[in-house]
Amino acid sequence: MKYIVAIIRPHKLEDVKKELLKEEVHLMTITEVLGCGRQQGITEVYRGVKEVDNLLRKVKLEIAVNDSFVERTVDAIMRSSREGEIGDGKIFILDLEECIRIRTGERGGEAIG
Amino acid sequence: MDKIIAADVAWMLCASALVLMMTPALAFFYGGLVRRKNVLSIMMQCYVIMCAVGLMWILVGYSMAFGPDRYGVIGSMDWIFLRGVSIVPDSFYGTSIPHLLFMAFQMMFAIITPALMVGAFAERIRFSSFLFFIILWSLFIYNPVAHWVWANGGWLSKDGALDFAGGTVIHVNAGIAALVVSILLGKRDGLVFPKSPHNLPFAVFGAGFLFFGWFGFNAGSALGANGAAVVAFVTTAIASASAGLVWMFLDWFFNEVPTMLGVATGIVAGLVAITPAAGFVSPVAAIIIGAIGSLIGFFFVTKVKPFFGYDDSLDVFGVHGMCGIWGAIATGIFASKAYGSGSGLIDGNPIQVWIQCKAVIITILYSGIGTALLYFIADFIFGMRVSLREEHVGLDLTQHHESGYTLME
Repeated sequence: MKYIVAIIRPHKLEDVKKELLKEEVHLMTITEVLGCGRQQGITEVYRGVKEVDNLLRKVKLEIAVNDSFVERTVDAIMRSSREGEIGDGKIFILDLEECIRIRTGERGGEAIG
Repeated sequence: MDKIIAADVAWMLCASALVLMMTPALAFFYGGLVRRKNVLSIMMQCYVIMCAVGLMWILVGYSMAFGPDRYGVIGSMDWIFLRGVSIVPDSFYGTSIPHLLFMAFQMMFAIITPALMVGAFAERIRFSSFLFFIILWSLFIYNPVAHWVWANGGWLSKDGALDFAGGTVIHVNAGIAALVVSILLGKRDGLVFPKSPHNLPFAVFGAGFLFFGWFGFNAGSALGANGAAVVAFVTTAIASASAGLVWMFLDWFFNEVPTMLGVATGIVAGLVAITPAAGFVSPVAAIIIGAIGSLIGFFFVTKVKPFFGYDDSLDVFGVHGMCGIWGAIATGIFASKAYGSGSGLIDGNPIQVWIQCKAVIITILYSGIGTALLYFIADFIFGMRVSLREEHVGLDLTQHHESGYTLME
């Protein structure tokens, strides 16, 4: 089991969701986050005072999948969120030790899908 | 010389302020309906119109719209910089209030009309070209149409067209222009329709204050504290009540549940529909005008727009354009001598319906073609649309370097 974390551009979320559905990945957790990478932030100005902030709004997707789903999930995210410019985001893949469905008490691979 | 009546002055001062308040109300109504990243841009557009168009009105606008008539088409330049517009009442416009007050009241109308259009090009227009375009539009579309319908000697008013508070001049005019701009500007990128509003309570607040301000808009158009003002006040309240309820039931029937945004939209649709008829019709007619207005608005917003796929982002055409057209025609049907100074179909004067239709058609043609021309000029000089990247990041950050909401302290 793997835990896939993807940081993407906010306006790409709808596309990513659509592509994931095509790959039968239905379960995900989404949060709005601020972050900085190599992309530069946008300077804001309030009453003439500049606020240089390198934090940008991004969306974080967290998806727990069985091993056989990892590549399809990553592919779906890649093809739907890539613009080919700095700021497209990153994908992290972590080992997932255990997964438990609260309602039934099922564990492991069965509980994920 | 006519005598100034204190009661009229008091009421018209209040009414003018009420109408001005509708523009900030609109900023909230629209602001709540757009996505979070564009909330300030749309509020900014409304507020800048208050400043820019307000000033243009003083410089040349008032003279173009209401100045001494030239061939029934346009006002002369005799009153630019408000030359000769003083505290002495004019002999034609609001004979019991200072001429300056009449000018101020009309200024608020000149402001809200282009502000209504903002909803059609929300979330994708470049601010600089917006400003240029809106000033041209106010000068060359709003002012002439206002002259035709309201000014002493305007050719549509000589033709007998009835427009109590601006159904054709304001709502049809802005609604058609909105449709034209939204088509020329194109759809927003990658938007899944319908897009949920980012802050519905803002929209509800805005609609409520539009309702409140509209009493100044309609009842103020009587230009005095008199019977016509009372008729307009009552019909305004009734039409929007009936329209809000009808929209709610339509929602309930077609979309399974009654919705808050539905009621708010219905109320606005009713207000638009009653505007041209406000001081001319009976309270019962107001119920019908509001109800049918809601029906038409609902049909255009939920069926026609998705069918054709134009991106009239906040339904300016569906609500203001279509309900304005209905209201203008309804005035020709329901105007009654018992309540106001015009008579329509129910008074045995069917020709009034045709006169109203003519005024609507002429407004549609002039506004449609004129707006398209101005759009091409502004687009050629500045480029009307922001880049795709700017659209994705949002207009707040890219056009104004501000954001409406912080994510963290």
